[in-house]
Amino acid sequence: MRRELLKFALFALVVLTVPATIKGGYLLNVLVYVGINTMLAVALNLLLGFAGQISLGQAAFYGLGAYISGVLTASHGWNPWLSLAVAALAVGVLAFVIGFPILKLKGHYLAMATLGFGIIVYIVFNEFVDVTGGPSGLPGIPGMSFGSLRFDSDLKSYYLIWSAALLVMLLAVNLAHSRIGRALRAIHDSEVAAQVLGVNARLLKVQIFTCSAVISCVAGSLYAHTVTFVSPSTFGFHFSVELVTMVIIGGLGSIYGSFLGAALLTLLPEFLRAFQDYDIVVYGLLLIVMTMFMPGGLVQGAETLWRALRRLWPGRAGQDA
Amino acid sequence: MDFSHQLSQYLLSGLATGAIYALIGLGFAIIYNSTGIINFAQGEFVMLGGMFGVYFYEILKFPLAAALLLAVLCAAASGVIFERLAIRPLRRATPLGLVIITIGGSILVRGIAMLVWGKDTHALPTFSGDTPIALAGATLLPQHLWIFALTVLLIAVNKLFFQFTITGKALRACAVNRRAAGLVGIDVRRMTMFSFLLASGMGALAGIIVAPLTMTSYDVGIMLGLKGFCAAIIGGMSNGIGTVLGGLLLGVLESLGAGLISSGYKDAITFIILLLILFLRPQGLFSRGDSERV
Repeated sequence: MRRELLKFALFALVVLTVPATIKGGYLLNVLVYVGINTMLAVALNLLLGFAGQISLGQAAFYGLGAYISGVLTASHGWNPWLSLAVAALAVGVLAFVIGFPILKLKGHYLAMATLGFGIIVYIVFNEFVDVTGGPSGLPGIPGMSFGSLRFDSDLKSYYLIWSAALLVMLLAVNLAHSRIGRALRAIHDSEVAAQVLGVNARLLKVQIFTCSAVISCVAGSLYAHTVTFVSPSTFGFHFSVELVTMVIIGGLGSIYGSFLGAALLTLLPEFLRAFQDYDIVVYGLLLIVMTMFMPGGLVQGAETLWRALRRLWPGRAGQDA
Repeated sequence: MDFSHQLSQYLLSGLATGAIYALIGLGFAIIYNSTGIINFAQGEFVMLGGMFGVYFYEILKFPLAAALLLAVLCAAASGVIFERLAIRPLRRATPLGLVIITIGGSILVRGIAMLVWGKDTHALPTFSGDTPIALAGATLLPQHLWIFALTVLLIAVNKLFFQFTITGKALRACAVNRRAAGLVGIDVRRMTMFSFLLASGMGALAGIIVAPLTMTSYDVGIMLGLKGFCAAIIGGMSNGIGTVLGGLLLGVLESLGAGLISSGYKDAITFIILLLILFLRPQGLFSRGDSERV
């Protein structure tokens, strides 16, 4: 655990010093999105990687956070922090309530149910025009502020988003090495065996589902206040699949992997303009190829490769041992 | 138009859409029963049917009947290729892995279709004109009759196939117990491939007969696929009459909901039904409860 905390501290240090080394607001702006997507990917990983429960409706919780925050601040003049808290509470209650019937389902059925939930929420964003502004979106959401400090530049947004993202990652690292983390992995391997060992699988699954939903919701609120505009197309089925892709690329259960997956899928389209039209093909291929050849994800794949290389180099391996 | 006429109109058009959902749902059930896989890419073969049809008819200028036949064959072949490349190489696949692979496959197919055929919406011509037919106060297009006729025909052929041919019986044996089927000499892998062939062929046909009414484009597969799945769930994943009834029920409820409540929430109605069924009766509406196997 101590080593884990050291690793985390190192990671946090790098993240917090990065803005000093780059010039130009554009890259910084992209890195803000990397932060938001990292939060979402880590949240999904808690559910998918640790507990082994798939959700194809994560974008719905993200969208609910963004819309509840957006509507309360832009249309009703609430304080952004208060609206963030209210959104998180509302989504938490919603996730907890629907969590019981949804997580009773397994495998394909669970995937379909979460997908169905995601699409219902997406349709509501589009059709509830009086409140959400419909397909054309909801403009004029105020930015975050903290006393007299207003998060109105890319640099300030970077620190706001990444503080939240680091907090989420720390939480996930802690969770992974706790009793709950071990119980979740037991559920992943065999729910029946976990229950025989005294794990309340049903409750624990709902709790981690709720936790994942609330994190996604907070990420959505932060997104709304950073971008100051939300529209339904950001929160569709496509984005839920993109999140699953991030987690799979990084590796199930690997927190830094989720960061890597989020960073890759956020940066690639930005730097490969040609990628724009091909992104859907690339996601599909990535999902298939990763599941088939590198089911452990990039981080684990790199470790395997590293070990194989060391075996090829007997002299150095001897020194290390 | 008075209310009863309106109602019969909703009913008839609901039954027509429901027949389409039933065909797609049967594809889900066939694959699920012989392999235990829910093929998330099923909807994409429905799209491929319609798009291949447009391609052969509009671009290569084939006669309509030939174009449609070729389209079904091409889509069914794509189904087999999909199975060969994405499903068969997976050994010891977890349900989670299969979900992810078939989702990956579905967006890959959709993406390729978008790159090849573009993002435009296309329509096929109706099979025999557009002269409306009046029936019980409602108006029907000849295309609706084609949908009903082809669906009934396909379901009958399907039933006969599973009941009386040796391949059909072998597929049913795989559904009961794959290992035992292998022990009595059934080539289980070939049967898996065969179930993908059947399912994608049926899906493609559904995609073709509905294309003249609702248009088609590279991204129609998700919705149609999900609705087919919903039909199969209502029917308890049977590859028989249950799924057909499920599809018809879904089509009618959706049409009534769109007409009487709100057309914007039409698709939401389907998914609320899907969630309710999954929560309350995951074994389907028409079957008795099955004990859960661990």
